[in-house]
Amino acid sequence: MTRTYSGLPRWVFVPALLGAVFVVLPLVAMTTRVDWSQFGALVTSDSSVAALELSLRTSAASTALCLVLGIPLALVLARTSFRGQRALRSLLLLPLVLPPVVGGIALLYTFGRRGLLGESLDLLGIRIAFSTTAVVLAQTFVALPFLVVSLEGTLRAVGQRYEVVAATLGARPTTVLTRVTVPLVLPGLLSGAVLSFARALGEFGATLTFAGSLQGVTRTLPLEIYLQRETDADAAVALSLVLVVVAVLVVALAQGRGRQWG
Amino acid sequence: MTRHRATSRTALSAMGAAALMATAAGCGSDATTTQPGAGAPAGSTASGTTSAASGTLTVFAAASLKKTFTQLGQDFEASHPGTTVTFSFAGSSDLVTQLQQGAPADVFASADTKNMDKATGDSLVEGSPVDFATNTLEIAVPPGNPGRVTDLKSLANPAVKVVLCAPEVPCGTAAQKVETTAEIDIKPVSEESSVTDVLGKVSSGEADAGLVYVTDVEAAGDTVEGVTFDESSAAVNRYPIATLADSQNVSLAEEFVALVTGAQGQQVLAAAGFGQP
Repeated sequence: MTRTYSGLPRWVFVPALLGAVFVVLPLVAMTTRVDWSQFGALVTSDSSVAALELSLRTSAASTALCLVLGIPLALVLARTSFRGQRALRSLLLLPLVLPPVVGGIALLYTFGRRGLLGESLDLLGIRIAFSTTAVVLAQTFVALPFLVVSLEGTLRAVGQRYEVVAATLGARPTTVLTRVTVPLVLPGLLSGAVLSFARALGEFGATLTFAGSLQGVTRTLPLEIYLQRETDADAAVALSLVLVVVAVLVVALAQGRGRQWG
Repeated sequence: MTRHRATSRTALSAMGAAALMATAAGCGSDATTTQPGAGAPAGSTASGTTSAASGTLTVFAAASLKKTFTQLGQDFEASHPGTTVTFSFAGSSDLVTQLQQGAPADVFASADTKNMDKATGDSLVEGSPVDFATNTLEIAVPPGNPGRVTDLKSLANPAVKVVLCAPEVPCGTAAQKVETTAEIDIKPVSEESSVTDVLGKVSSGEADAGLVYVTDVEAAGDTVEGVTFDESSAAVNRYPIATLADSQNVSLAEEFVALVTGAQGQQVLAAAGFGQP
């Protein structure tokens, strides 16, 4: 990444600055409302700690699930071509633009007690509704496209030269995939995983609609903030700040990785 | 939207000013213009030829009032030609927060006294609020009552998947009160942030029972069945309504409050399942 040309017209910087202020200012405004004297007590209450812990745990689980499902999906989309591939890609990206509540409703009619798969699962003794599993499913549903998009882009960008060479030297497809392809796309894979984690951390609507809200089981940090806001605005602001800080750390981590390898 | 509102306001006040001039030029003896709302801008209370005021009225009302207030708003527009009633329906605490941040509104109807107290405490209210309705809890079950819920005690059965409101929100506070009264301990599978969410979990069949308001069961139609229980009288929720101090149209706001608290309003509210104040 070398910058050869930066001869931008000066006026471009004005809307650019406005754009930056537009995003950063609300976050700054929020920090001005934090009751710092109470901050420690507010964010370390039982319910807050339980919510943060649950959020980190479920986000990690859904990121793992995103990797397991998303890497093959991205590989298939980037390295093969078949009829309906465009349509499939569009469908897979839908959770990016769907209102989260719609995602929640869709999940409800799939995995819910009376859902498409829910009834069969129920017969097997697997109950997803109101469980931590439901939270992980909701988070995975909204986070998966982030991993697929960023990984597919990287796969296309690195091309297939090395893969072809490895194959002509006699490497089996699995060896090519694990020894050549994956190491090549590792930066994209890591930033995709981190983005998925961040998206899972912020998931709210689908969880609320599909999983419910119970301390320590389904009430993640965003749900806890939503609930606290009803009675204790100070606690809601304090927890919001915690969520923002965690999200900033995660995104910074993703960018750091990208720069290191990219 | 702000722009739209601003232009319509301007248009209205221009119309009002025209009406005022016409009145002044024509018959000068209109006793009805001696309204107490002296601070109201020209155009709002200026239609002195009839007793009814006109203009735009913005009503902030609790989400549970959506159906009844929409109807009452239409009735009000019909009986006050030239008047437009716009509603903002949301959770009472959200509405108070918006009012505290300076949202322009004329009337506030809260689903509980707690949130109205926040508004009066911040001097957002003109005069004192009036209770206009009550609501009590009822058990909502999916059609066919798969969990065989017959009374409140059934909800303490661990085999029955119960969804309640969280204690932080009014319906959750009410649920706690009836639990205390009945001396039972319900272990919910989820504590939702709103009645709507509880109702959704029940109507979709995810939960076997939920505690919601009588009016919610009424409004949900065939999607849920209601099971009444004696202990519901322990937690009666009061709905207060008030004219707001920042109202640009105090007399019109007062007339709307009068409609809600009067016979016509009470009839509409009773039909939806609300109790007498």
